[in-house]
Amino acid sequence: MPETITLEVFRYRPEEEQEPTFQSYEVPFRKDWVVLDALNHIKDEIDGSLSYRWSCRMGVCGSCGMMINGDAVLTCAAFLETYLPGPIRVEPLANFPVVRDLVIEMSDFMEKLNRVSPWIIPAEEKPVSEGEYLQTPDELEDYKPYSMCINCMLCYSACPVFGLEPGFIGPAAIAIAQRYNLDNRDAGNEQRMEVLSDDEGIWQCTLVGECSAVCPKSVDPAGAIQRYKVTATTEWWKSKLMPWSQ
Amino acid sequence: MSHYPRYKKYRPRVYSKRMPIFWWVRKWPHARFILRELTSVFVAFYAIVLLLHVRSLAAGPEAYANFMAWLQTPVALALHTVALVMVLYHSITWFSLAPKAMVLRVGRTRIPGWAIAGANFAAWGLFSLILAWIVLTV
Ligand code: SF4
Ligand code: FES
Repeated sequence: MPETITLEVFRYRPEEEQEPTFQSYEVPFRKDWVVLDALNHIKDEIDGSLSYRWSCRMGVCGSCGMMINGDAVLTCAAFLETYLPGPIRVEPLANFPVVRDLVIEMSDFMEKLNRVSPWIIPAEEKPVSEGEYLQTPDELEDYKPYSMCINCMLCYSACPVFGLEPGFIGPAAIAIAQRYNLDNRDAGNEQRMEVLSDDEGIWQCTLVGECSAVCPKSVDPAGAIQRYKVTATTEWWKSKLMPWSQ
Repeated sequence: MSHYPRYKKYRPRVYSKRMPIFWWVRKWPHARFILRELTSVFVAFYAIVLLLHVRSLAAGPEAYANFMAWLQTPVALALHTVALVMVLYHSITWFSLAPKAMVLRVGRTRIPGWAIAGANFAAWGLFSLILAWIVLTV
C-alpha cells in the first residue's frame, strides 16, 4: 500500500485565467477513501480555494459527478484504490460549460427536465377527500427502474450526441419522461410526446449506449429511449392509418 | 443607463470545450460505435450490388453474363468477403440490441431479453435458410 496518491485536478478560475490548468495534490492514500474524500482533504488541509459540488456522500443526491481519468462517475463511489498507483485525473463533467474548477453549469439540464413535465398528470384531478390514486406492485414495477434516477447527469457526460448537439434533450430527461408515461396514474403521454419526438428529442439518439453504461442507478436511459422510439413510431403509424382513433 | 451596476469582473465566464473531431478514438466503446455505423456502408454496398444485378438481368443475357463474370474477379470476391464480415457484424449487433427496444409481456411476466434476441436470431436464420434453399435449388 502506498502512503500517498496524487490527484491532478482541473482548475479554472475565470477571474484569474483564460484557460483551465491542472494542479497536482498529494493526498494520503487510505483504503476506505473515495475520490470525494480526497477532494475534501484537499479543501480542508491543502487548498481551500478548490470548488466542487457534493452533499450526501452516499450516492443519493447526485451532485458529486465528475470525470475521473476520463470516465463519468460519482466521486463518492469511486474508491482511490481502484486507481492505484495513480495519478488520478479529476475533471468536471464533460459536455457542460464549467463555471469554476469542478463546478459545471447545469441550468440547461434543469430546463430540459422541466420540459418533459416530470410529474403525474392525472386524467381527472380527484378531490383530496377521495383519497390516493392507488397502484398495485405490478404497476409500480412498470416504471420503477426509471424512478431511480438521481439527476446526476453522468449520462449527459457520457453521451457524444449531447456533446456534439447540446440541444439534444438527453438521456435522463427521456428516462424520466418514461417514468411518468409508464405510470398508470398518469395521462400526460400526449403532452410529453410533443417534446420527446420533436427535433431535439429521441431521434437525435444514435444508440451509442454509454449513458446506460455509466448510470450509477441502473436506470438504463438508452433502453428507455429505444422503447420510446418504438412507441412514437407506432403512434405515428396509428395516426396515419387510423386517423379516427385519435 | 441601467440601474444595476454593470460589473463584469466576477460574473462567471464559463469555460466550454468543443468536442474534437476524433472524439471517438479515445474510448473503445466509442470506436466500436463508429465502426458499427461504418458497417452501414457495406449494407448499402450489398443493396447496390443487388440493384446492379437486377439491371444486368433486364439488359439482356450478355450484360448478365458480364456481370456474373465481374462477380468472380478477385476484386469482387475480396469486396464481398469484407462486406460479408461487416454485414454479419452489423446484423448480429442489431439483433442483440432488440431487447433494449422491445419490452414484451405474457400476462404480468416480462419476457427475458435473451428470449427476444433469440427469437430475432431464429427468424433471421429461418429466412436465410429459405433464401438459401430458393437460390441453391430452384
Ligand atoms: S439516468 Fe442515471 S446517469 Fe442519468 S442522471 Fe439519472 S441516475 Fe444519473
Ligand atoms: S455526494 Fe451525493 S451522490 Fe455523491
